[in-house]
Amino acid sequence: MKILKNAVAGTLESSDLFIQVEPDDTELILEINSIVANQYMDAIRGAVLDTLKEFNVSTGKIFIQDKGALDCVIRARMETALKRGGIVKE
Amino acid sequence: MFLPGNTPNMLINGDTLGADTIIFDLEDAVSPDEKDAARILVRNALKYQSYAQCEVVVRINPTETGFWKEDLEAVIPLKPDMIMPTKVSGGQMIREISDYIGQVEEKQGISQGTVKILPLIETALGVEKAFDIASADPRVAGLFLGGEDLTADLHCKRTKEGQEIFYARTRLVCAARACGIEAYDTPFTDVEDMEGLRKDTEFAKSLGFAGKAVISPRHVDIVNEVFSPTEAEIEYAHDVMEAIEEGKRQGKGVISLRGKMIDAPIVKRAMQVLEMEKAIYGGGCR
Amino acid sequence: MSKLIGTIREAIEKAGLKDGMAISFHHHMRNGDYVLNMVLEEAAAMGIRDLTINASSIFDIHEPLIEHIKNGVVTQIECNYMGGKVGKAISQGIMEKPVIFRTHGGRAGDMERGASKIDIAFLAAPCADPMGNLSGKYGPSACGSLGYAFSDAMYAKKVVAVTDYLVPYPLRDVSIEEGYVDYVVQVPQIGDPARIVSGTTKITRDPVGLRIAGLAAQVVKHSGYLTNGFSFQTGAGGASLAVAKYVEEMMEQDHIKGSFCMGGITGYMVDMANKGFFDTILDVQCFDLKAIESIRENPKHREISAMRYASPAAKSAAVDSLDVVILGATQVDLDFNVNVHTDSNGYIMGGSGGHSDTAAGSKLAIIVAPLIRARLPLIVDQVLCKSTPGETVDVIVTQRGIAVNPRQNDLKEKLIKAGLPVRDIRELKNMAEEIAGVPRSVKMGERVVAKVLYRDGTVLDTIHNVMPG
Repeated sequence: MKILKNAVAGTLESSDLFIQVEPDDTELILEINSIVANQYMDAIRGAVLDTLKEFNVSTGKIFIQDKGALDCVIRARMETALKRGGIVKE
Repeated sequence: MFLPGNTPNMLINGDTLGADTIIFDLEDAVSPDEKDAARILVRNALKYQSYAQCEVVVRINPTETGFWKEDLEAVIPLKPDMIMPTKVSGGQMIREISDYIGQVEEKQGISQGTVKILPLIETALGVEKAFDIASADPRVAGLFLGGEDLTADLHCKRTKEGQEIFYARTRLVCAARACGIEAYDTPFTDVEDMEGLRKDTEFAKSLGFAGKAVISPRHVDIVNEVFSPTEAEIEYAHDVMEAIEEGKRQGKGVISLRGKMIDAPIVKRAMQVLEMEKAIYGGGCR
Repeated sequence: MSKLIGTIREAIEKAGLKDGMAISFHHHMRNGDYVLNMVLEEAAAMGIRDLTINASSIFDIHEPLIEHIKNGVVTQIECNYMGGKVGKAISQGIMEKPVIFRTHGGRAGDMERGASKIDIAFLAAPCADPMGNLSGKYGPSACGSLGYAFSDAMYAKKVVAVTDYLVPYPLRDVSIEEGYVDYVVQVPQIGDPARIVSGTTKITRDPVGLRIAGLAAQVVKHSGYLTNGFSFQTGAGGASLAVAKYVEEMMEQDHIKGSFCMGGITGYMVDMANKGFFDTILDVQCFDLKAIESIRENPKHREISAMRYASPAAKSAAVDSLDVVILGATQVDLDFNVNVHTDSNGYIMGGSGGHSDTAAGSKLAIIVAPLIRARLPLIVDQVLCKSTPGETVDVIVTQRGIAVNPRQNDLKEKLIKAGLPVRDIRELKNMAEEIAGVPRSVKMGERVVAKVLYRDGTVLDTIHNVMPG
């Protein structure tokens, strides 16, 4: 599946994250900034990639500003952003 | 305690705030363009977080909006204890919701009737139809009074004294008890007024309510305290049960304790107290 | 004879500031202080280099310090607290010599016993007369107590008072007496009084913070110290103030009359004293304008020096008579050691202040903090900086449970008996890691950028640089 339109999800409040997604036909661009990058970057990236896989998304631009969200919050915000970006679960 | 459905920090910490039951709100606390986000977030919180120490209720959007079915589809698979429909005005609405919950349960292979319903009654029509609502479906586990919306519907002012909702309160308790279910009182909305809270809570308890909603963790301790049996009450309940056991052993027909005959209502009350004792001291959120 | 001098520059010249000297400042103007920046700017313009800055605290307003460090004007900093802006630069390694961190009591004590020598003290004085009688209570830049400035006034070789409100001799209500002061300089403004108020003097509305505060108040209640004559200190953080609110409710309910409250004072503590819950307010610094007004007007509200507050060199200090103190933490380790110097990435953004003084002096030191803060668990195997030794910390209160220091077994039993959720500190750590995941430990650099001195002057820990990444 491809991201069809620009969309955002989440907030910049503590324990949340803000995600912007944009269409891209050829490659996956993933940019993550996190206040807990030193401690949890692998986990954050894992949760994001997992959700992309779950929705079968292999290309698109994804920009994330994480304020210390738990994995389940990251997954929820990713799902919201993807659905708002036109992705439907197959 | 009511918690906004789109605030991660509240969902993660909801079970730490001292309430026996937490209500994740997808309705009033979530703006229309964030309904999708809140629904997914609450679903994930239920999926990944352990709320073993608390009852979890999800307040869904009203049936006149398009959101309520999506709400149920998202959360029913995670088996929250109860669903709270809002502005319930009759038994038909409950049956409609119960049917849909049943459909989702079936699809998910969850046994029918797992998820209960806790209707929020907050309209004049809802109050008048309280018994109809309470008896509409076996899923209905209690009635919940919403005083703020109700007073708006009644065209009267919501006051701290609560004279204006007195009729609704007693009617709700009566309807609930008539169906063998619980009734829960509306929250006290002044976060700072602890004395007012205590009075209001004691009054609700005196009418027969089984509990009271709160909107601030500062209210949790007082509400818990009021609804918890006192040590003397617990001790008396134990004595009652012992006296009965003793009476049985001796084959006595009439049993008395402290010079007073123990009749059926006293036994029933003692059993309720002991049940509460178990709930409070044998686990629970506290 | 006149002590009045026209400009900061003249004062610097007259006081004899030279390369390599140590100059001191107090932080009662907090994030509104202009004096430190004014003096350093002038010193830099005069070509003076290699200065040691001994300031009771460094705030973000002192950001120009970073340039002075880079230019060699300042080569050493000693303080009790350092805000995030300068702290970050220090953590990145801009200064050769490590910062010396002390506690509020330790700084006063070290001056008293001559371990910390000051050549010239530049004291922001909201009110002064021409002979150098000083007060913080009056004038357009009133800051209330001048508690941290007393030791500087008493032990610096030269003392320069910097004021923007000169009154005729004699100033009636004096905090620091003329006998200690060499020169008085009048400037247009010594600071911005609006920024004396730290942003954290309101009770938190965060439900988790309130829950933690409620549990902490229960700990106070069941500790047995909440009786007549109770003495209490709490910080200015929103959760700490909420503890005060809950404690007040308990005192009211049980008709308990306390003896004193202490510390950085907020309007909240003033109200408690005025309602009769405490006899006396011992005020080493004011955190908001209401406290400033109170210390001026209210006879129950007394100014105390840092020595009286917490000096370990004194024969006794008020912290030694303190029953309960409520404190914060960024990290706590399994031995109950507390970090308040760095954030979880190792950047300097705080300091002990009175943290370890009050923990050591009080009968019951309670740490209040969320178990998880923006995903980061509070409890770690080892703190990045040991600010307060675990031996002096009694209880950690989080929203998911209370850990009691194993040294306090009686207290632990009392709290369990009261039905409070007492947990082993390891259990709390595991709980947090189950929710948030196990954090990768942060690797610090090789260079020592700060030394943390305990209140007795011994080195408690060192802080290393943060590696660029």
